[in-house]
Amino acid sequence: MGDVLKVPTMAEFKAAGKQPEILFWVGCAGSFDDRARKITKAFVRLLNKAKVDFAVLGTEESCTGDPAKRSGNEFLFQMQAVTNIEVLSTYDVKKIVTACPHCFNTLKNEYPSLGGNYKVMHHTQFLKSLLDEGRLTIEGGKFKGKRITFHDPCFLGRANDVYEAPRDLIKKLDVELVEMKNCRKKGLCCGAGGAQMFKDAEVGQKEINIERTEQAMEVKPEIIAAGCPFCNTMMTDGVKNKAEGQIEVMDVAELIANASDL
Amino acid sequence: MSLLPNIIFAIIFFSGLGFFARNIRKLRRNIYLGKDVDTSGDTKLRWTNMAKIALGQGKMTRRPISGFLHIVVYLGFVIINIEVLEIVIDGFLGTHRIFSNIGPIYGVLIGTFEVLAFLVFISVVIFWFRRNTVNIKRFMSSELNGWPKLDGNLILYFEIVLMALFIIMNATDVEFQSSNNGNIISQFFAPIFEGFNVNLIERIAWWMHIVGIIIFLNYLYYSKHLHILLAFPNTYFGSVKPKGFLNNIESITNEVKLMMDPEADPYASDSTDTLAPDKFGASDVLDLNWVQLLNAYTCTECGRCTSECPANQTGKKLSPRKIMMDTRDRLVEVGNNIDSNNGEFKLDGIQLLGDYITNEEIWACTSCNACVEACPISIDPLSIILEMRRYLVMEQSAAPMELNNMMSNIENNGAPWPYSQMDRLNWKN
Ligand code: SF4
Ligand code: SF4
Repeated sequence: MGDVLKVPTMAEFKAAGKQPEILFWVGCAGSFDDRARKITKAFVRLLNKAKVDFAVLGTEESCTGDPAKRSGNEFLFQMQAVTNIEVLSTYDVKKIVTACPHCFNTLKNEYPSLGGNYKVMHHTQFLKSLLDEGRLTIEGGKFKGKRITFHDPCFLGRANDVYEAPRDLIKKLDVELVEMKNCRKKGLCCGAGGAQMFKDAEVGQKEINIERTEQAMEVKPEIIAAGCPFCNTMMTDGVKNKAEGQIEVMDVAELIANASDL
Repeated sequence: MSLLPNIIFAIIFFSGLGFFARNIRKLRRNIYLGKDVDTSGDTKLRWTNMAKIALGQGKMTRRPISGFLHIVVYLGFVIINIEVLEIVIDGFLGTHRIFSNIGPIYGVLIGTFEVLAFLVFISVVIFWFRRNTVNIKRFMSSELNGWPKLDGNLILYFEIVLMALFIIMNATDVEFQSSNNGNIISQFFAPIFEGFNVNLIERIAWWMHIVGIIIFLNYLYYSKHLHILLAFPNTYFGSVKPKGFLNNIESITNEVKLMMDPEADPYASDSTDTLAPDKFGASDVLDLNWVQLLNAYTCTECGRCTSECPANQTGKKLSPRKIMMDTRDRLVEVGNNIDSNNGEFKLDGIQLLGDYITNEEIWACTSCNACVEACPISIDPLSIILEMRRYLVMEQSAAPMELNNMMSNIENNGAPWPYSQMDRLNWKN
């Protein structure tokens, strides 16, 4: 695990006159947040293992603009979007995979009318396709038999109707997948969306992430699986508050990568 | 035979319909006060949505008890109304049960209506108990205090009375009872009226029933019960895009493109909706689009949205149902303003944002779409919340401080946190 990750950039590909199979859109959390960086690395290890020809934009990537848009700052959002679309066009990008449902939603739904048309996949969808094509194998490894519940990210689930890909992957780990009372279409938000991640919540009786963590605890999981770096942060905080040391919060990509000790 | 009853009937009938038509025109006008929005395309999907969600009540049974009861009332209401056709013809012609000579099938029809009326009656009584005696959280919120609560109950009383009158009318119809064809339910009530002047009671019940229906029809305009009509267009015009999609404001696109590319021709596009609007986002109902206003009139105040809202569940002030109720109340206020000022809106110093909805509510939303998903008739409270955020940020620069920091980070270094874009790849080390 100590060896350096192979993370080529689009610029390098272009210099070599080649085009990667996918662009891995890392996102701000995946690039800068300590916890989310681990998810990024786990996903890259899986890409390397499956021998996927991928590249990142690296220093040419910039925020998709999602938090600005959902705060109401359409100007800033569109500035970000148009700038990103320009960069993506210079590399003639066709297919984007990202581990962040917010980037996923924005790139997939809001970039097209600004001139950015790509096939956009969430990393769980892409991993599922690798699995189906036989390019990736998943084994339970150290998670075998563990009780895992999956927290649906709003921007993957309700926003884009992706419910099964992450679950299909988790089931492959030979674990016991348990559902919370609010799951899939009825999944409860972690509290981070709509730019809430970046501000304190309004006055109320409880933090949303605590409510969600309590729902998870009801089904007594050993691990809460997530598919979004922001949900991951929120749930990790919630667990710290309510069930420190009893429950782990892990991204689906981390589960798969760690299961086979990648 | 005197023609007086026929004439009275015709007067009641036409003035009832006329008053209703007048209000519907007002309703239409108010809805079209909203901004234009493109609802073209996806016609097939839209019809399917309407068929499944409104006609087929597809989302109601997600709450099994209320969903099942609602379907009983809905089916009963629709089917029993076939009987109204006969009542109306009888009223005009002075006939009595004009369809009764179509043979045994008549009995089957009336029998079905009677059974349905009975089931509706029971369901509505259960609804009343649920609303008023069982502590169901979504019926206890403060936004229902006053008229909304009374409205909810009045609808139930109307239905109870109408169904009872239908059964009484049949039970006291001597001829109908003696034909013993279709009096499945009313035969059990007929004995109660023995010894009374049944002919008179039958007439009174008949008149009260049809007049009640006409009053109920006119009540819709003032009530959340409007959903029985508007649910159909509303599910048709509801969004057909993924729920995560939020529209890009076109005038901003033009401006941004000009900024990015000084060579671009600012006059390249001459369509009017690409010109800068007088206001970004929405602070009042007139800034919303007409589908959002249709949403507001359609809302049945069931509170399914609010009960799924994470902000509301954790005690924040935000309630998506209240967003819809406020929008409707303000729209009605604007409509009345226009009516009393010869067709023109006179500034009244009141706004939806600020006077009805507070900033605190607007900022508590996580844009999770739970409300949109929960709504049984395709209402989108989130889109109104986001329009108001747009107004607060782009017109008032009134975002919470932390969000301003986040946005200036994005502006300066392309991430919501103050990290340099040059460090974006550092994670791999
Ligand atoms: S989108 Fe906003 S209003 Fe709707 S349920 Fe989620 S937090 Fe509540
Ligand atoms: S918006 Fe929909 S779910 Fe919410 S109260 Fe109105 S009808 Fe019910």
